[in-house]
Amino acid sequence: MREGYESTELMYSGHLACAGCGATISMRYALKALGEDTVIVLPACCWSIIGGPFPYAAVKVPLIHTAFETGASTASGVKAGLDMRGDTDTTVAAWVGDGGTFDIGIQALSGAAERNDDIIYFCYDNEAYMNTGIQRSSATPWGTWTTTTPSNYPKGQPKKNMMEIMAAHRIPYAATCSVAFPEDMISKVQKAKSIRGTKFIHIFSPCPTGWKAPSSQAVKIARLAVHTKVFPLYEVEGGLRYHINVNPKNLPVDEYLRLQGRFNHLSDEDIQKIQETVDREWERLLKKALDTI
Amino acid sequence: MKKIMVGNHAVSWGVMLARAEVISAYPITPQTTIVEELSVLCADGRLKARFIPVESEHSAMACCIGSSAAGVRTFTATSSQGLALMHEMLHWATGARLPIVMANVNRSLGSPFNIWGEQSDSLAQRDTGWLQIYCESNQEVLDTVVQSFKIAEQVLLPVMLVLDAFILSHTAEAVDIPDQKLADEFLPPFRPDLRLNAKDPHIFGCLAPPEYLMEFRYKIQQAMLQSKEVCHRVDEEFGQAFGRKYGLVEPYRCEGADLILITAGSVTSTARVAVDALREKGRKVGLVKLRLFRPFPKEELVEIVREADKIAVLDRNLSAGIGGIFAHEIRAAFCNEKDLPPIYSYIAGLGGRDTTLQTLNEIIYQTYERRKPEQQSVWVGLRS
Repeated sequence: MREGYESTELMYSGHLACAGCGATISMRYALKALGEDTVIVLPACCWSIIGGPFPYAAVKVPLIHTAFETGASTASGVKAGLDMRGDTDTTVAAWVGDGGTFDIGIQALSGAAERNDDIIYFCYDNEAYMNTGIQRSSATPWGTWTTTTPSNYPKGQPKKNMMEIMAAHRIPYAATCSVAFPEDMISKVQKAKSIRGTKFIHIFSPCPTGWKAPSSQAVKIARLAVHTKVFPLYEVEGGLRYHINVNPKNLPVDEYLRLQGRFNHLSDEDIQKIQETVDREWERLLKKALDTI
Repeated sequence: MKKIMVGNHAVSWGVMLARAEVISAYPITPQTTIVEELSVLCADGRLKARFIPVESEHSAMACCIGSSAAGVRTFTATSSQGLALMHEMLHWATGARLPIVMANVNRSLGSPFNIWGEQSDSLAQRDTGWLQIYCESNQEVLDTVVQSFKIAEQVLLPVMLVLDAFILSHTAEAVDIPDQKLADEFLPPFRPDLRLNAKDPHIFGCLAPPEYLMEFRYKIQQAMLQSKEVCHRVDEEFGQAFGRKYGLVEPYRCEGADLILITAGSVTSTARVAVDALREKGRKVGLVKLRLFRPFPKEELVEIVREADKIAVLDRNLSAGIGGIFAHEIRAAFCNEKDLPPIYSYIAGLGGRDTTLQTLNEIIYQTYERRKPEQQSVWVGLRS
């Protein structure tokens, strides 16, 4: 980890996350990069609980809880309010789950991005509605078991490509991050902090509870997601310039899938289909990155 | 300075006088000219505020919650469907004790589609913990905007001021614009101690389990009850500063009245004319304008109507299954009081149907003729 960051600790040791929670690791790393001069806007998500009940707090920066679909819109208001108070330096960060980003909050996010409001929008993505008990979201990948997509009728649609949606807004900066690559995450959050306008940070945040995996495997699963190209680490500047930040080891998706009970039911043909989709998406991403060069 | 302006511009100029700092809104007929004027006032620098043109009313209120929590004076305006879309966030604003001020232009809710006046939109939000003030004239609209910020910031509850679609929103009247210096003296800047501030970090609105939540709610109820006194005081102070005051309820020619009509909003002006004409003819009719709806001014109302024989309530709204909402509220407020006059409930003017002198006369005459109130609200002006 880069010099200086390791000592910055803006989370308290007490919080209410499940063991191995990727969303909690994500917050810890993000705060290291964001620093004390930050306000967090938190719509309904796992972190509504993780942050601790009244009168406790799990983070050392100001935080406002808000309704499920309002991460971006509330953040826009906070930013305008701070500006009007003459405080133009504080970073306003929306901290939102995948349901609040991909589904119910996408309208507010699109609105803020179109206005290019000066916020960093974090989506910690655990690929389902975990706080309500593992229901499918539009971030849930094809073939996944959730409590609303039983294993004999798993999710039949692919994961929504949120990065492409954000890139299409031509916002100044969008990046994917992973809890398995803290240096990469911290440098991207630092970069986002230095840019004015709407920034989107998409963090792959394993949920051992919802993914039916041992809590000790959360970071390993996240690392495999990158090296199997399931979740590549890249950034998009101005919606057009693509850069791939970590070269994947090109491992077969099976290595990633078989660590998680949510994929137990998949047949060899299903896994082959996932492999083909992942390869095809990777080629598309690679082409965009090559076009940038 | 006097200016001829529509009710919607009276809202905008009131917001300018109040020096709102963040305005976030989404357009909806008949509210649009409020935000159009505000965006012009912001653009040319007469109002030094940030105008955020969000993509929905739901986001407008979320945005207002964010800016108000950051510690700045915040305003929005909406109507009808827009207010309904905000519903979830209205509760959030109250729970977070944020003094946001909103103008709602009363309009019917679909289906069927209708853009004209009706009070059902704001009355449907009665349980969200917002103060509600109903205005009769464009002057009252402008004055109430300024008053609302002062009330909201003292009691830490949001305030909704309500004006009728088209009858006020799009009708021009002479409006006296108070001097900015006097307005500044009346309404000092909003600078709360507790706000989103990285130098003094706090968590706002975190999970309140059963052992805490009831106390939060109790405090809101207490603040709401106390806000009545604040509304009264602010109105008195406004009267001293600008020579105009409105009261929480306004009695009009109620001396010795055997029948008192209760109205809210612009129809009150028509009712004044009806009452004047009937008084000329020797009828002892009085009128009460209900200006404050939340908190409900029960004691003030009881005091005025106690000696009358009958009360007639005109509702330009409907709660299907119970009838007129104001009548229902007044009945509920009176139910444990002894010897109060019976309440005759009338529904008229839904979806912008004209509520004319004839409508009001019919209500008054029907009330005189009926020996006791009907079980249900009586519909006036219904086409056969």
